[in-house]
Amino acid sequence: MVDSASVLRLAPHIVFRFDETRRRWIMMAPERLMLPDEQAVEILKLVDGKASVAAIVDALAARFNAPRQEIAGDVTEMLQDLADKGCLAHAER
Amino acid sequence: MPSVDPPTAGPPTIDPPLALLAELTHRCPLACPYCSNPIELERASSELHGEDWRRVLREAAALGVLQVHFSGGEPMVRRELATLIAEAASHGLYSNLITSGALGGEREIAAFAEAGLRHVQLSLQDHEAANADRIAGLAGAFERKMKFAAAVRAAGLPLTLNMVVHRQNLDGIAEMIDLAQSLGARRVEIAHVQYYAWALENRAALLPTRAQLDEATRIVEAARERLKGVLAIDYVVPDYYGVRPKSCMNGWGRQFLNVMPSGTVVPCHAAQTIPGIDFPSVREASLADIWYRSDAFNRFRGTGWMPDPCRDCDRREIDWGGCRCQALALTGDAARTDPVCALSPEHGVIEAALTEAAAAPAPFIYRRYR
Ligand code: SF4
Ligand code: SF4
Repeated sequence: MVDSASVLRLAPHIVFRFDETRRRWIMMAPERLMLPDEQAVEILKLVDGKASVAAIVDALAARFNAPRQEIAGDVTEMLQDLADKGCLAHAER
Repeated sequence: MPSVDPPTAGPPTIDPPLALLAELTHRCPLACPYCSNPIELERASSELHGEDWRRVLREAAALGVLQVHFSGGEPMVRRELATLIAEAASHGLYSNLITSGALGGEREIAAFAEAGLRHVQLSLQDHEAANADRIAGLAGAFERKMKFAAAVRAAGLPLTLNMVVHRQNLDGIAEMIDLAQSLGARRVEIAHVQYYAWALENRAALLPTRAQLDEATRIVEAARERLKGVLAIDYVVPDYYGVRPKSCMNGWGRQFLNVMPSGTVVPCHAAQTIPGIDFPSVREASLADIWYRSDAFNRFRGTGWMPDPCRDCDRREIDWGGCRCQALALTGDAARTDPVCALSPEHGVIEAALTEAAAAPAPFIYRRYR
């Protein structure tokens, strides 16, 4: 379960990078290519195996000057979905 | 910066390819009767050299390819594999090894990991040694695969198990999923045999019955729910039992390039069986030329080539009319609707095949150089 205290990192088989050919951020597993939208990209850039979900939400709320609660819901939902798909793992604490 | 020519000569809608399947060799210690390699296996003497492969990897990256799947045959037959992985990594390509696990172990895997390999896909024929080795046509193969899987995990590389399922292993599907979990796989890919080449010759030995299929599907769906977040299960159902075809390779020349051991470039494994197409070779042309401008890649691209009933069908950009090689194998014409589609006028050939599945299985014809 992903909650505000969770600390996440990309699973070892996942690559998240900018692709020069397509001029956009991409996320790859060996079996598929995922195209995160702008918001997802901003979230994923903060998933570093150190920051908690709460810290990620704080950073985004400050940067986009948006209501924290709304952001928290969106971020947790997206991260949970990616964790269910095996794209994210819980970092050792 | 190397420049990639813009796709001016072709239709402006051609996107760059996503993935390159690098079939380094057709040599393999196993002899699986459903092998996707052609009946006419290419020999060692016709294989591309390591330098050619390095150039192919460079060109692929410049063209926009993101992933390279090192495959075969058994790619570990090629001694240059570690250098090729390093070359791929140096261009930012995500490299994946598709292997039988029958050659090599810890030392090789460690070298691959060091070179930048990101992921390993290991094939598994069954969950217990006797039947697995009978299907693979090699005694002791299963034991080696178990050791290989352990070596992959010990090197910290993520592992997917590829299980090709059919009438002679489908009943053990629950045990196969358990085995995947105990081997530390993050994902299993359970794919029903696709009937081309060797598999088509073995269809009467491989096509499952409807009852077998329904039971297996039920087990897979339950396991998928139970193992959510622990083990991802990809499941490809046999299209013979469907009413619409699968989107073969996500469409001809839309995402994939397959370079064969000799350097011939095809849009999918079996494409070379299609007569009247001159498939280009990396020995003579650049990958960019081949992708954007060759007749072979443009032949069945998009929807312009489509016959009735695909032409006006609202699924034409979903399944792209199904598989060209299957259309060829079963109707004699690659430009027909895939007969797996219930709308195809030739759909009767599929029903005939399914009645075969109700009879006793035929003996295996193993994949061998002929
Ligand atoms: S399917 Fe079997 S015989 Fe064919 S390349 Fe793979 S392991 Fe070898
Ligand atoms: S008619 Fe053609 S496009 Fe329509 S579902 Fe069948 S194969 Fe696909």
